[in-house]
Amino acid sequence: MKSREIVKRIFWEPLVIISRDKAGLIGFIFLLSILLLSFVGPYFVKLDTEVKLDKIYQFPSREHILGTDNQGRDIFSQIVNGGRDVIIVAFLAGLISTLIAVSLGSLSAYAGGFTDTVIMFITEIILTIPQFPLLAVLAAFVRLTNPTMLAFIIGFLGWPALARAIRSQVLSIKERDYIEAARVLDLGRMHIIFSEILPNMLSYIVISLIMAMTGAVYSQVGLIILGLVPFYGHNWGLMIQLAWTRGAIFYKGSIFYILSPIIAIVLFQWSAVTFTRSLEGIFNPRLRAGE
Amino acid sequence: MSRVKKILSNYIFLRAVRAILTVFIVATLTFFIIRLMPGNPIEIYIGQLMSQYGMSFQDAKNQAAALFSIDLNAPLSKQYVIYMRNLLRGDFGVSFLSQGTPVALMISAYLPWTIFSVGISILISFTLGITLGMLAAYKRGSIFDHIMSTIAAILSAIPNYLIGILLLIIIGVQLGLIPVSAMRGTVSPGIKPGFTWIFIKDIFSRALLPIMTYVVSTIGGWTLSMKSSTLNTLGEDYVTVAKARGLPESRITFAYVGRNALLPLFTSLTMQMGFLMGGSALIESIFVYKGIGWALGASIAQRDYPVMQAVFLIITIAVIVANFIADLLYSKLDPRIKIGGE
Repeated sequence: MKSREIVKRIFWEPLVIISRDKAGLIGFIFLLSILLLSFVGPYFVKLDTEVKLDKIYQFPSREHILGTDNQGRDIFSQIVNGGRDVIIVAFLAGLISTLIAVSLGSLSAYAGGFTDTVIMFITEIILTIPQFPLLAVLAAFVRLTNPTMLAFIIGFLGWPALARAIRSQVLSIKERDYIEAARVLDLGRMHIIFSEILPNMLSYIVISLIMAMTGAVYSQVGLIILGLVPFYGHNWGLMIQLAWTRGAIFYKGSIFYILSPIIAIVLFQWSAVTFTRSLEGIFNPRLRAGE
Repeated sequence: MSRVKKILSNYIFLRAVRAILTVFIVATLTFFIIRLMPGNPIEIYIGQLMSQYGMSFQDAKNQAAALFSIDLNAPLSKQYVIYMRNLLRGDFGVSFLSQGTPVALMISAYLPWTIFSVGISILISFTLGITLGMLAAYKRGSIFDHIMSTIAAILSAIPNYLIGILLLIIIGVQLGLIPVSAMRGTVSPGIKPGFTWIFIKDIFSRALLPIMTYVVSTIGGWTLSMKSSTLNTLGEDYVTVAKARGLPESRITFAYVGRNALLPLFTSLTMQMGFLMGGSALIESIFVYKGIGWALGASIAQRDYPVMQAVFLIITIAVIVANFIADLLYSKLDPRIKIGGE
């Protein structure tokens, strides 16, 4: 496949089709808005760090669209500036998980036999270990000094379920005629995996990547809320953690302070899931029978 | 007959071997994290004792050895063997903070509450979810289906601890329906455990918010999976044949569609158990519900390494055991997998 054709297949065609699916379209628009808000927004809205004791817990007004927090700081500016790190860590972690999952899953399916057994056995074992406690324990040992490190740890633990799914995908594609033809032509295992099988799974891999990202958001924000991510900065998770540990959530007037980051995270997760669900429907028409 | 029996015992045997091997690997992993990682807890503890209490290196080392029940002077391989032997005996060492309390005792006090709250939640959520999912499938295209599916999709996308915080804010703080801070802990002081109405009422009211959280966060997933599974089953030939035979509607719904639609959901059930047990670290911390998850969060926050190590191990073992039981159950429900392997 030419690269232009690939771009057309993974980016353009889905957009055309998704505009026909209402839920998917809404998810896509939300997702895009959150990305814009988090990556472009900070250039326009500066993070408000100034403590203003006379403006504590204000309700939304024209001046403060989402009200103010327990120190009188503008909540909207915190929401705009709090998404970038969460999304970058989630993307990196998702990318690492997906890369490992795609390599191991396709190798396992394609090689079969002993290699398959060993890889799947390791996958099953990692899958059985409850992921969040393992992350929490590791976070207590490894000094998480920067977001990249966090992304790596989350990414390195997040691949097993995906690897299993990729494996069964490859197993079904492997049996198709054009793969058979490539094998007869003796094109080599690497060529068949990377040039014949994987391009046909691109849509599936993109979906997996977004799903891995939502998983990474779950782990990441969970770790932050438990207070296990010591590095400094400003993000949605930290907002919730601060509101929780400082007791703000037990105060009635703090509702906008605590709800804002929660809704931001929920919207991100929901729009990502909805978007991918309709992508799935597009690429796997058999699922649409259920609609 | 004997051959079938052989295959059956083989399947169970393989599952058991895998479960035991996983426990073994996790235990080994924990040992090496504790002993070999740079800045491992034993070194940190020795350093603390020396700097804070002015102990000599040897004294500090002895005390650390007692805490972790590891003989630090022995070669690593021997330490490992001793560690594993102690684990088999249920000896997890002694807590850092509440000195003198055996970790095993702490775990036996915390674990039942997590199994109780997570178990009840899965039961409620699974039953409700499959009922709603089947209804949505039968009435597909109706308003009920649309509303149910939309709510389910939204709920299943929200991280469970955020649902916990939302419940806490809405029910506890804004509406003031439940006195949240009075509801901390697992059982009210002064109430004796037993099959008494007071005790049962008490433990359920204390577990109410965690259970609600687990149920609300998982019910959407069950509804959606059951809906699509039912829709798939409805298209099967044997259902059409059953209809053609004029079998009563209720019999088709439960014995033909329901049973078969349920099967694929059992595999998710095992995943769910692991996920909830793991997520209990967050949920129980939010509500200060003193189960094993709370203990994990607290021990990590206080760097109480012996407790942390043991709690992690126990959560993992609980999940593995639950998976194993689910596997056995599944092989009873779906005889095909006993013969075909995976």
